[in-house]
Amino acid sequence: MTTETADLNRLATPPTFQSVSTGRKIKNGIATGLVWLAFAVAIVPLVWVLYTVVQRGLPVVLDPDWWQKSLSGLLSRQQGGGVYHAIYGTLVQGIVCGLLSVPIGLFVAIYLVEYGGRSKLSRATTFMVDILTGVPSIVAALFVYTLWITTFGFGRSGFAVSLALVLLMVPVIVRTTEEMLKIVPDELREASYALGIPKWKTIVKIVIPTALSGILTGVMLALARVMGETAPVLVLAAYAPFINYNLFDGPMASLPLLMATERNNPTQAGFERIWGAAITLVLIITLFNLLATVISRWLAPKTK
Amino acid sequence: MKTKRHGAVVGLIAAGALLLTACGSDNNTPGAGGTSPNASAPGVDVECGGKAKLNAEGSSAQKNAIDTFIQAYQQKCAGADLAYNPSGSGGGVKNFNAGQVDFGGTDSPLSKDKGEVEAAAKRCATNPAWHLPLVFGPVAVGFKLDGVQDLVLNGEVTAKIFNGAVKKWNDPAIAALNSGATLPDKDIKVVYRSDESGTTDNFQKYLKIASKGAWTQGDGKQFKGGVGEGKEKSAGVAQAAASVDGAVTYVELSFAQDNKLSIAKIDAGQGAVELTSETVGKAIDGAKIKGEGNDLVLDLDSIYGTTTAGAYPLLLATYEIVCSKGYDADTAKAVKAFLTVAATDGQAGLADAGYAPVPKAFQDKLLTAIKAIA
Amino acid sequence: MNDRIVAKRPAGTGDAGAREGVPAARPATEAPIPPTTEADQNAPHVRPGDRIFRGLATGSGIFIVVLIGAIGLFLLLQAIPSLALDQVSFLTSREWSTGDVNNMRFGILDLLLVTVVSSAFALLIAMPIALGIALFLTQYAPRKLSRPFAYVIDLLSAVPSIIYGLWGLLVLAPVLTPVGEWLTDVLGWFPLFAEGNVSIELGGTIFTAGVVLAVMILPIITAVSREVFDRTPPAHIEGAIALGATKWEVVRTTVLPFGKAGYVSASMLGLGRALGETIALMIILSATNAAFGWSLFDGGATFASKIALAAPEFNDPRSAGAYIAAGLVLFVLTFVVNAIARSIVAGHKEYE
Repeated sequence: MTTETADLNRLATPPTFQSVSTGRKIKNGIATGLVWLAFAVAIVPLVWVLYTVVQRGLPVVLDPDWWQKSLSGLLSRQQGGGVYHAIYGTLVQGIVCGLLSVPIGLFVAIYLVEYGGRSKLSRATTFMVDILTGVPSIVAALFVYTLWITTFGFGRSGFAVSLALVLLMVPVIVRTTEEMLKIVPDELREASYALGIPKWKTIVKIVIPTALSGILTGVMLALARVMGETAPVLVLAAYAPFINYNLFDGPMASLPLLMATERNNPTQAGFERIWGAAITLVLIITLFNLLATVISRWLAPKTK
Repeated sequence: MKTKRHGAVVGLIAAGALLLTACGSDNNTPGAGGTSPNASAPGVDVECGGKAKLNAEGSSAQKNAIDTFIQAYQQKCAGADLAYNPSGSGGGVKNFNAGQVDFGGTDSPLSKDKGEVEAAAKRCATNPAWHLPLVFGPVAVGFKLDGVQDLVLNGEVTAKIFNGAVKKWNDPAIAALNSGATLPDKDIKVVYRSDESGTTDNFQKYLKIASKGAWTQGDGKQFKGGVGEGKEKSAGVAQAAASVDGAVTYVELSFAQDNKLSIAKIDAGQGAVELTSETVGKAIDGAKIKGEGNDLVLDLDSIYGTTTAGAYPLLLATYEIVCSKGYDADTAKAVKAFLTVAATDGQAGLADAGYAPVPKAFQDKLLTAIKAIA
Repeated sequence: MNDRIVAKRPAGTGDAGAREGVPAARPATEAPIPPTTEADQNAPHVRPGDRIFRGLATGSGIFIVVLIGAIGLFLLLQAIPSLALDQVSFLTSREWSTGDVNNMRFGILDLLLVTVVSSAFALLIAMPIALGIALFLTQYAPRKLSRPFAYVIDLLSAVPSIIYGLWGLLVLAPVLTPVGEWLTDVLGWFPLFAEGNVSIELGGTIFTAGVVLAVMILPIITAVSREVFDRTPPAHIEGAIALGATKWEVVRTTVLPFGKAGYVSASMLGLGRALGETIALMIILSATNAAFGWSLFDGGATFASKIALAAPEFNDPRSAGAYIAAGLVLFVLTFVVNAIARSIVAGHKEYE
């Protein structure tokens, strides 16, 4: 690693205009080639997955019924119906989870970067977030099941799912937000302090807006991850083929739960529902990503 | 700037689209791919009403049957609905006992040793829970073997295949049952259920009884044969078996059919028996009840060990676990309505879904039990 | 120009190093820039806004600590009674039979090996490729190309794992079959590529699982790395260019050192997901009764997929406890991985 610094130092000394040596040219060429190759290698499976989803799912979601109806009263081999019930469940569970996790995650990251320093609590929190990252979704689900359902005596519901998703979402938000806050140059903070602006205002008005696009990306990635989580919904919410608007009571479908249920349906109808639900989920996430982009551009500090 | 406006517009359109669809509907007319049970079937009187949306969970083996029942239920009782979560027999028992669902579905009766009977009674306000066998599902020994469509097996050879004693398709033990067929010299690839499953439990119970001692591994929800590879759920095993030459598995009939697996005939000593609704019906006729009163636990050993000519012995009975008493009035009313429909009108669509309807004698017992629920 | 580059580095460095939670070895010379608390504590009055904000932030930190404590406690409480009933060694046995609560025999050796091997294999594939894409998107690709591709990659992290599982088993595995057969034929003498204990044709191998996991974690590693690389101060890059550096030298001397910590952290995020991945592996991996033989073409189960397979049937707290004990090991495993990552990051902090 020290050679890199040496390189930089060496480059500083020679005369300004000198043709680039062949060795460096070759190295540059190889590196460029490798980077393009990595890109090409990666794009194949990634596009392949998307292609599979689109090719198998698109015909299904073009039917307006898909977006407006539930699967109530249909046999597993009967085609038709829609996934409105599952879309509703996914959105509500995801949004409620987001509403709970974003403030927690954001504040934890702020604490770690701006307040914690090297205190014991800060180190403990970092340690705990690390552990939380490692909680497999199924274990988080079992934890919520034991606490919320067995101990507190609530029924299985969409809200229980949201609670389990919070456990999965918070560490992702903390990790990415922390990373983004760290990158905000200290000069900005110091300039703000120098103007006599309180620390909290500096964080809210200077630090967070600077890091906002990164934070939003992180939040959206986290949301994408939890909305597609299958294990918690399997344990914490029963599947219902009909619409249930009540987050706090009764069986509630969601797109991953619908897919897991239909996974065991070997008929053509099951095939269509699985891939239709997949593309629906992807479309929903795309929508969220677009919104995030729009909002982050809107909120970004106007520097020019 | 342009991209920004572009993004905003797309976002707006999409958000609008979502808003437009904000009024979802549960109202479906079944499309292609299957017929609904006949609405005008001569059913019994059903007292509709009570809780509008029932909640049940359990065995995935009876998922398709419950779907059929739900359709019949909706035709009989407008506005009524039921959610059945096919998480597995264990899930059904667990969530019934925890009071999470109105009734559970399971392929194996509640176990006394594990305290399930006790827990169920506790859930039902200290009233016993009853087993109602509403669905009989044949289990197929499905295989994929190029050039071989018809295969005859018996309990003993099946056991040897699934515990690894027979490793090749042209093994003399198989050939002896299939004189005239040309069996290839290929490895037998056993595919089993990797999740815990009532189907596995029933299959192993069958092997224990019908294999004349060749199956020594015992029963239980985990596969104990010790060979082959496991896949999750019925869909997983059926799909896996269908994708590789030389594979064999045990799976509910409808999955074998949907994945175009060949289905072995079973020779229980009276000649090869094909899996059809008649042969299954014949086997069910021989079933005995070992439960007391309205608790209709079946003694399947008599079916598994059957020597009746033309009876297909490898099947499972899946029960609904209900409280004899202890429901609130609304729930009791709806549960009774649903089960009554299931035991009568609902049975009509079962054959299409790969099950066997309950025989008449059973139906009467079921209706008596359902009436007694309070 | 040159001065500025040099001057800026320590500012970022001391700061980040401090927050890595690694108390040791912070060079005293970096001390003059206090990044955190002290600055406003010297003020005569702490403003109420500050106090509330600080309270919220600290409270959230405490909340996380308490939460994990609760989860850990829950796992331990559920696991200990089962571990006490275990008839074989929990750490070294390959058996797993929990059906009979009076004779529970379960050990995690195979689960551990399969989990580690499949995740490591996935990371081995994904890390260099993710680095390549992130560099490509931030440094090499024309803006017009990089925007849409960045979207595609973000989109892929939205694809639910159950879909990756189905895609892996139904679409990818048949394509990998000839590759797998070729590898076992040609390189079969090498233990990793030896004939495994499940059929390659069926695709339920660690090999398939690893490739699918790699595809799954690729978008995650890429997304975070891209974000970090994108933030390389333009002054650094311009400085390097002004010094006559080739494109590669610019990347090597400015972008990589700046983004290394973020890249490693992103990879660990990916590894974390790979280790805990549940549904996709449950669908792909074939269960087997044979022991894990160090081949990529073996089947088996990971901690998470094993738990998920059995979860619907958790009737008895004693048999459920056995699975929860396995979950606890996964916990520890992930933590160890994270600790290693953090020490790597800390070791390279002079480049941050």
